[in-house]
Amino acid sequence: MAVQLEFLRSILYFSGLGFAELESIKEFIFEKTVDRAEIVLPEGESAENLYFVASGVVKVFKTSVEGKEQILSIVRPGESFNDVPIFDGGLNPVSAQAMGPVLLYGIKRNDMETIVKDHPQISLNIIKVLASRVRHLVSLVADLSFKHVIGRVAKILVEHVGGEMGRGPRLTQQEMAAMAGTAREVVGRSLKELEDAGAIKLDRHRIVITDKETLQKIVEVSY
Amino acid sequence: MAEMPVIDPQKCNGCGLCVSVCGCGALVIVNNVITIVTIVDCDWCTDCEAVCTTGAISCPFEIVIQKP
Repeated sequence: MAVQLEFLRSILYFSGLGFAELESIKEFIFEKTVDRAEIVLPEGESAENLYFVASGVVKVFKTSVEGKEQILSIVRPGESFNDVPIFDGGLNPVSAQAMGPVLLYGIKRNDMETIVKDHPQISLNIIKVLASRVRHLVSLVADLSFKHVIGRVAKILVEHVGGEMGRGPRLTQQEMAAMAGTAREVVGRSLKELEDAGAIKLDRHRIVITDKETLQKIVEVSY
Repeated sequence: MAEMPVIDPQKCNGCGLCVSVCGCGALVIVNNVITIVTIVDCDWCTDCEAVCTTGAISCPFEIVIQKP
């Protein structure tokens, strides 16, 4: 499949460039197809390429030594990943995995430097992308560091459980995130932690409270 | 019948990202709008909800107490 200039134009990195400039940038772009669940970038390895998602979705995440995963971002068509190690020359600080079949447009690190030198006006676009990335991560750091999100999520479960009076309201992770004042990714992590603590069990579309006392304790400790 | 994710066709822009991440084939695009196919393999991964930018697809959880 040929790289589409119209699509390149929609990428924030190349915003404002004319077709002649995009045509010259296109020469540096290679395509890479990735299967569902395939790791595109393993954390801790050297980074050679900047990637743009052309179709499909990629998740960017970090894994703890215990194997717990924290999703940092979901990268959709037109968005990039692996920007940081490409520009600072370091190792991949995160992993990236295809959430389904994915088509990527890649640019090698050296080629990216050439592109920036040849088209200095894209520097401002790159700064905007990186600034937006910093803003997102600062917000996530605040959620993970300062908020007792797990307790809030536990409280939401306690308050919305169905009982003898009938079924409680059904809640999406997005709704729980809005109620807890956090990001959806943090709610997903909290539910896993509550499951690890033995307080709940995720049973497909049901959150089963398996140990109400433990759940209640987590609520109390967090407030 | 198995519970399935819920679609709001008014919000769906037909981008197809949910179809691309769905590993069980429960989602198809019909007339540029996502439609659900009831499939027992759907394990409620909620990836479809996570990637949707318009809030057209949701995977709500029912919260219940384990019966003794």
